[in-house]
Parts: sequence; structure tokens; C-alpha cells
Amino acid sequence: MWTILAINSVTFGGLLFLLSAGFSLIFGLMRVPNLTHGSMFMLGGYIGGSLIASWHLPFWLAALVAAAAVAAFGGVMERFLLRRLAGSVLAQVLVTLGVAFMVSDFSLMVWGGDPLSVDAPRALAGGTRALGVFFPTYRIAVILIAVAVAAILWAMLDRTRLGAMIRAGVDDPEMARVVGIRVSRLFTIVFCLGAGLAGFGGVMGAPILSVYPGLDFAMLPLALVVVILGGAGSLPGSLVGSIVIGFIYNFGLVMVPQLAYFILFLPMVLVLVLRPQGLFGRAAP
Amino acid sequence: MPFNRRQFLSGAAAVAGAAAMPMPAIAASKPVKIGLLADLSGPLAEGGIQMKQGLTAYLKSKNFTLSGYRIDLVIGDTGSSPAQAKNKIQELVERDHVDFIVGPLAAFEMFAVNAYVIQHKVPTLCLAGADNLTQRAPNPYLVRDSATSSQAMHVMGDYAARKLGLKRVITIDSDFAFGYEQEGGFQQVFQLRGGCVVKKLWSPLGTVDFTPYLAQIRDCDGVCQGYAGAAPVQFMKQYAQFGLKLPVCGGETAGDDALLPHFGDYAIGMISACPYTIGYPGEANKTFIALMKKYFDSVPGFYAAGTYMDGMVIEAALKSLHGDVSDPARTVKALRAVKLEHTPRGPFSFDHFGNAVGNIYVRRIEKVGGKLTNVTLETYKNISQFWPYPEATYLKQPAYSRSWPPVTACKA
Amino acid sequence: MTARRALIGLAAVLLVALPLWVPGNYDISVGSEILIYAIFALSVDLLIGFAGLVSLGHAGLFSLAGYTLAVCLGAGFGQPAAIALALAVALAGTAVFAALSLRTTGVGFIMITLALGQIMWGLAYRWVGLTGGDNGISVSARPAPFGISLAVPSHFYEATLIVFAGAVFAYRVFVESPFGASLRGTRDQPRRMTALGYNVWMIRFSAFMVSGLLAAIAGILFVFRAEFISPPTAALTASAEPVLMAISGGSGTILGPIVGAALVELVKNVASAYISRWNMLLGGTFVVIVMFMPEGLVPGTMRLLRRRFGARPPAPVVAAGTAERKPPP
Repeated sequence: MWTILAINSVTFGGLLFLLSAGFSLIFGLMRVPNLTHGSMFMLGGYIGGSLIASWHLPFWLAALVAAAAVAAFGGVMERFLLRRLAGSVLAQVLVTLGVAFMVSDFSLMVWGGDPLSVDAPRALAGGTRALGVFFPTYRIAVILIAVAVAAILWAMLDRTRLGAMIRAGVDDPEMARVVGIRVSRLFTIVFCLGAGLAGFGGVMGAPILSVYPGLDFAMLPLALVVVILGGAGSLPGSLVGSIVIGFIYNFGLVMVPQLAYFILFLPMVLVLVLRPQGLFGRAAP
Repeated sequence: MPFNRRQFLSGAAAVAGAAAMPMPAIAASKPVKIGLLADLSGPLAEGGIQMKQGLTAYLKSKNFTLSGYRIDLVIGDTGSSPAQAKNKIQELVERDHVDFIVGPLAAFEMFAVNAYVIQHKVPTLCLAGADNLTQRAPNPYLVRDSATSSQAMHVMGDYAARKLGLKRVITIDSDFAFGYEQEGGFQQVFQLRGGCVVKKLWSPLGTVDFTPYLAQIRDCDGVCQGYAGAAPVQFMKQYAQFGLKLPVCGGETAGDDALLPHFGDYAIGMISACPYTIGYPGEANKTFIALMKKYFDSVPGFYAAGTYMDGMVIEAALKSLHGDVSDPARTVKALRAVKLEHTPRGPFSFDHFGNAVGNIYVRRIEKVGGKLTNVTLETYKNISQFWPYPEATYLKQPAYSRSWPPVTACKA
Repeated sequence: MTARRALIGLAAVLLVALPLWVPGNYDISVGSEILIYAIFALSVDLLIGFAGLVSLGHAGLFSLAGYTLAVCLGAGFGQPAAIALALAVALAGTAVFAALSLRTTGVGFIMITLALGQIMWGLAYRWVGLTGGDNGISVSARPAPFGISLAVPSHFYEATLIVFAGAVFAYRVFVESPFGASLRGTRDQPRRMTALGYNVWMIRFSAFMVSGLLAAIAGILFVFRAEFISPPTAALTASAEPVLMAISGGSGTILGPIVGAALVELVKNVASAYISRWNMLLGGTFVVIVMFMPEGLVPGTMRLLRRRFGARPPAPVVAAGTAERKPPP
């Protein structure tokens, strides 16, 4: 049992990483608390799931198309709504929540209230014996996907010009502007990237979680918790935060079931009280 | 299907249809108003939309005329929230002056409006299961044509022990009252018939990943789950993904027929007990299924059947009342006296608390002609909410809760 | 100045006479709901608009008061004792919330309050023996001060209006007092305030306590109105609601949160009867407000009026604008 829980902690952490990496980047760079992030996850799941179920697209293609669609949605949101609100956190909160309400109602209108169950790609269906336990192959694949995405993101942030600009922007937005980085274009790119990641995560999560009304607001607090634990704008922070949350969730529910309803929030309060900037974040400006 | 509620009320078609029917003069002057309280948005929207479809299908098929009386339907969206359910029932009663309330869906919504229903004497046909509303704390204005939360689970417990031959079962359910009552009912009868509940697991509402619970399923020969909404799909899928092969049994929401198009092959073999089943061979059920297909292209389940039959119950009551719904006490009396033979769930009547006494079907999900369906294994006839106990014996037991019946050591 | 007085007078008359000009009991009771949420939105905006602290856990305090009231009434306490206890327990809870969350500001503050609110929500679900779990607690008796039964919707509305008026008056005195000025100082220039010898933490803490008191009052009125309380009252969405009301109406003003509360409640309870996609309408309304009046409805309308007529119409009761907001052109 403990082995299953341990492997699953990493799987769940991987899924949370796909969800929260974008949130963390957006927040770190743009200081925008994107409360639409859970909706983007759900939207990705719905779009990907429909492409697979109704259009018979292969799983991975559907995942990429869904990610691109959600990224485009994010781009539109950034260009036409958030851009005008730079620096005004309250207005950003209002508009991102407003859009989240609209997305959830829109999804209800298009996909109805029924859950959308998505099958894992055939090659990954079934289970694998590993470390003496039976574990679904797809869940192991999710770990690998999360690791791959983390590696790509890290390479991009660390090795490319775009990455250097993003890091500069996270560290000191004023200075980045002064040295001639076109911050506005950078913001659009990062927002698209974050949204696309959430949408991709939604498709990856769909074979495990299914997609259903309310998934958006079930996932949003998880993204927040991860970012708080890991610190905003820090990629390793999101990764470690996601896996820590994965472990707390899996082991906590088994070991202290009476705290199930707030298993994730007690450690969060503890971390925040002792170290308000998160485990990996730097002191808030 | 967005529509303006006020236009929706009955429509020209209803009037035209009504004119063709022989009916008392009173019908032309004052229509009977039904207020539907359903979860059309929020996490329970799946069931809420089914509720709307079921009732609308019946009224539409009757041209919004029941027993010769014109019917107006007013719909209130509870948004799956108790506070909004309270506001909406106030709106339906005080502003729209409805004569009947159909709904709400969830026990936590029903409890939010329960005191109001009693205070304002509104005949209410609810689908919420909460046991005590027709038992230890009865609401005199309530009529429930579905079942209490534990009613179908009593049958499931009996079937699991006697027919499935299960000895040691782990129950898993959502950590809230509907879950406690379902699993309490299962455990009570399962143990009465010689089985033993080894462990009871509770997952918080909104759980997305059930693995921490699935990992604890061992040392047993079966599982009983009582999930509702989208959770049965999630749970059964994850259950299969982890290679668990033990038989799974469940309640009315876990194997809901409306979920059949959304389940995958992983759900094949799940056994559930429900007061309605899509496989019931009666003519009335075939009509119901055809109407749901025709109007909404939808596969009906437990919630749609519930409100559809609420329409039938109201129709029968209007007939015996001669359309006079001015006295709530008399109206409720008439509703509770209704006894129907030909309905989607088969014959049923009400006990003196207003809860349905009728068939409970034990069925198994199987693939027939490439599609999943619920195949009836056994029909338990004439099951009341107290079955298999006499009423007085049953009411002496404590109400089912998270800790009752307690888990005790099983004989080896 | 006289125009403003006249407007306030007119609004007061309309509010007092509301039971006479709305169609029926249901609408009166929606009126009570708006007033209750207006108090709640003001409570949250005291921290947002004047201290620069966004709380996403206030539903925890709101429901703490509500639950205490319901439990006490259920245990046979009299109305005054139950109300007093509810206030006391909520204030104690507020002190804990404040002590923990004021260790940080900005996003950290949002997150601690969110987590604390979620813990209250979890307690409401799981402490079944006390809270009744998801089935909640019903409260059958509304108080009858001076022998006037508040079970009558219009009586309840007027009583709520009295509490509301008192709360708004006290709120105004509070934010315009020297203490209110120092509170705004902690929002805009916390370092300078510290340098000037102010105890920034203590000022924030006191404001949090006042905010908690208002949330408790709203929670108590809520339970009397709904005659019921259950866990969703403490949920994250319930905490987000007053924040949205305050921001959409205009944070940092007195009228703003009140207008925001009216807007949200009207969409939820009135528009939803006509439009099945009312969630879309609500979300869309927020987006439109932000597009055209990022500072909120009340300050935004003021700005438009000013531009339109050139002359200075009545200014908002308290100057709007937080540190990050650009001054109007």
C-alpha cells in the first residue's frame, strides 16, 4: 500500500506541476493572480476529450490541439483584458474570476452537466508491475511527461534568449524594460504558455480525473497551494511544491482521515506563518 | 437550451392542446402552477438538468395539461447551493405563488428549505434522500416518489450477502450525510444477513484522485460505493486502472442509468440497487425513454424518472382533488393517497410519511449490442423505507451516521 | 454639498420605504439580503480598500458567527445571549485569523486567509456533532425586539436597515477618523509609517478586528434571514463573493461595496429568474465593469460624470484610489 501511495504521490505531483507551473510563471513574471487557471485546466480537458471522443483524434494530437486552443484563449484574454489592467491587482482578480464564471457556464452550455470520461492512449492502458505493486501504466507515463515538460521549461528558461528575458522580467520588471526587453510581447507569450500548459495538463489529467462541471474550482485551490508552498515564479519551487503536495495528499488522507477536508491547508498555514515567501520564493517585493 | 422562463410557462401549444380536451371551466381561468427547484448550474448540474428534462418531458407530452387542468411550470435554479435554494423557493412560493414544488435534488438543499416548506405549507415532491425527513423528523408536506438514501441500499445489502455471497466488504463513500445514510443502510442489512463490513472509507466531497482510498482496499471480498454525480465515473475508472477486480456494488446514484453513456468498459460488472431502472419492461417506461430521447436526446436516469413520475403523481392528485389545490393539507393528503400501476419504475404507492413503497431493482452493468446498459438481476417488490424491518422496530434504531452502525471486528 | 445631502436623503427615504414600492414579500426579502451582503462587503473592503489587504477567508468569520448563533439558539440560549456569544466567538476567531495572517501582506496574506477560511469550511463539514455536517442547522425563531415580530418580512427588512444604517455610519466615522488616516498610511507607506513611530501591525490588527465585527454582524443577520446555516456558507466561493462585490462596486469607497452587493444579489436572485445563463451574465458583468471602469462602478461613474459635465459632482465619501491605481486624468 505504501509503495502505491508513494508512486501515486509523484504522479499526482506531476499533474499538479503541469497545472501550477504556468500559474507560477504568470504570477512570477506578470504579478497577475490568474484565477482562470483552473478553468483553463478544465477547458483543456473538455476540448481534448471531445476531440478524442467525437473526432477520433489520436490522444497526443488532441492534447496538443487542446493546449494550443487554450493558449490562444489565454492570449486573447491577455491582449484584450489583462493588458489594460497592468499593476491593478484588484481589477485583475475581478476580471479573471469573471472570466472563470463565464468559462464554467459556457462549458455547462456546450458539454452539458455530464462527466466526460476520456480513455488513456491504447499503448498506455492497463497496468505495470513495478516495485512489487500493480500500478496503472498511464500514471507512470504522467510522471515522465511532467519530467519532460519540466526539463523543456527549464531548458527554455535557462538556455534561450526568451528564457533569459523571462528571468530578467521576474527578477526586476523595471530594469528589464529599461534594457529594451519588449515586456508587453513577453507577457503575451508567457500568458499563452501558462494557459497552454494548464490546458495540456487538463488533457493529461482527463484519463485519470475525468472532466466534469466543478473541476475548475476543484483544481484552482490546488494550484494556489502549490505556488504558495513553492514560491511564485520559481520553476524548481513549483516542481518541489507539487510533489510535496502530492505526498501530503496521498499519505495524509490515509494516515489522518479525520483531517481529510483540510489536509492541504494546515501545512499551508504552517508554511506561510513560518516562511511567508514560500519554501523557494524570495521575499515578496 | 436557454429560454426565458416567463415565456416558458406553458406556451401557446399548451393552450391549444387544452382547448381540445374536455375540461372543467375552472381550468381555463386559473392554471395550476408547479415550481421546479433544480440544480441547473454548479457541481450537481448533471442531476439537475435531468430533473428539468424529466418533468418537462412529461408535461410536454401532455400538452401542459394534467387531468384536464392547465399547468404552468416555473423553474428556479438552486446553483447547487443551499442558500440559493432557500431564496429560490421563496421566489417560487411568494412571487410566483406555485401550488407544488418539485425538487430539490440534494439533502443539503432540502434541509435548507425544510422549515420553510413546513411553515408555508407547500406540497413538495422532493428527490433528496435524507432519511429522517420521512422518518424521525417527518415533514408533513413532503412526498417522495424516489426513495430514502438507505432504502435501495438495504436491498443491496441483502443481495450482496445472499446472492453475491459476499462475506467481508469495504464501503467507500463521500464524507457527507447522503454517504453516511447509504452505507449505514447497506451495513445494517448486510450484517443482518450474515455479512461483515470490514472498513468504512470516507472521501471528502470534490475528491479528484481516489488512489489514497483505493490503496486501502484489501482483505475483503467486495466493495460497496455510494458516489453521486460525476464521482462514480471517476471512481470506477480509477478502480479498474489499479487492477482491482473485486465485485463492486452501489446505490441508486452510483449506477445511475444516466451515467451509462459516460461509463467505459471498466464499469462492466458493477451491481447497483435503484428504485428506477432503464430495463424495466413496462410500457410506461418505454414511453418515458422515448420521450427523453425525442425531446432532449438524453438517456434518462433516476433523477429524470423521479420528476417525470412527480408529474404523474400530481396528475392523479389533481384528478381526485378536482383541480382544487387551495388547501395544502388536503392536497398533500391527495398526493400521498396516489397509487400508480403504470409508471417508469413500475407500481408504487406512498406510506403514511409520504415516502414511496415500490420496487427496488438490482441490476448489473453489461454490454449489450455495443452499448452499456443496466440488466436487471432481481426485482425486490413492494419495498418500503423500513424494509426488512417492521416500521416500529426500524424507528427504534438510531439514525444512520458516520459512526452508526459501528465497525466491529469480523469473525474470521 | 446640498445636492449630495439631497441625494442621500432621497436614498434614505427610498430605502426605508422599500417595502411599499417593491411588488411583494420575496422582493422585500431580497432587499434584506442585499443589505446583509452590503455589510459583509464593507467588512471585507475595510481591509482591501483601506489597508490594502485582500482577505479570501472572511466567510470563515461570517459563518463562525452564524454557526455560534445557531448552535446557541439550538442549545436553548435566549436571543440576546446567543447574539452576544456569537459576536464574542467571532471576535476571538478574528483575533486568531489576524494574528496568523498579519505575519505577511500581499499575496501571502491572501493565501493565509484563504487557508484559514478553508479550515473553517472543513470544520463545518466534519464537526458533525456540533454543526450537523452538510445537513446544517435550522433556526426557527427570529427575535422579536420590543414585541415586534421579525418573522414578518417587512419588519425584518426594517430591522436590518437599522443595523445597516448604524454600521455604515460607524464605518464612515471610523475611516474618516485619524485612525482611518493612519490605516491608509499603512497601506500606502508602511515603512514611512513605521519610521514615524506608528505601530503598523497594531493598526492593521485593529482594522482586522473591526472588519471581523462587521462580518460577524452580517453572519448573524444572515442566519436570522435564511433561518439556516450549512457548510457552503464558509466555502471559498462565499469568501470570494464579498471581495468581488467590493471591487466591482469600487473598493476604498463606502458606496462602492454597497452597490456591488446590490449588483451581485440582483443578478443572483432576480435576473436568474429570467435568464438561465445567469452565471454567464454575472461573469460578463464583471468583465465589462473592468473594461470600462477598472476602478469600480461608483468611482468610475463619478469619473464619467465629471468628464461629461465638467463641474465637480459630489465626490465619493472617501477618496478612492489605492497605491497602484493611476490618478484619474
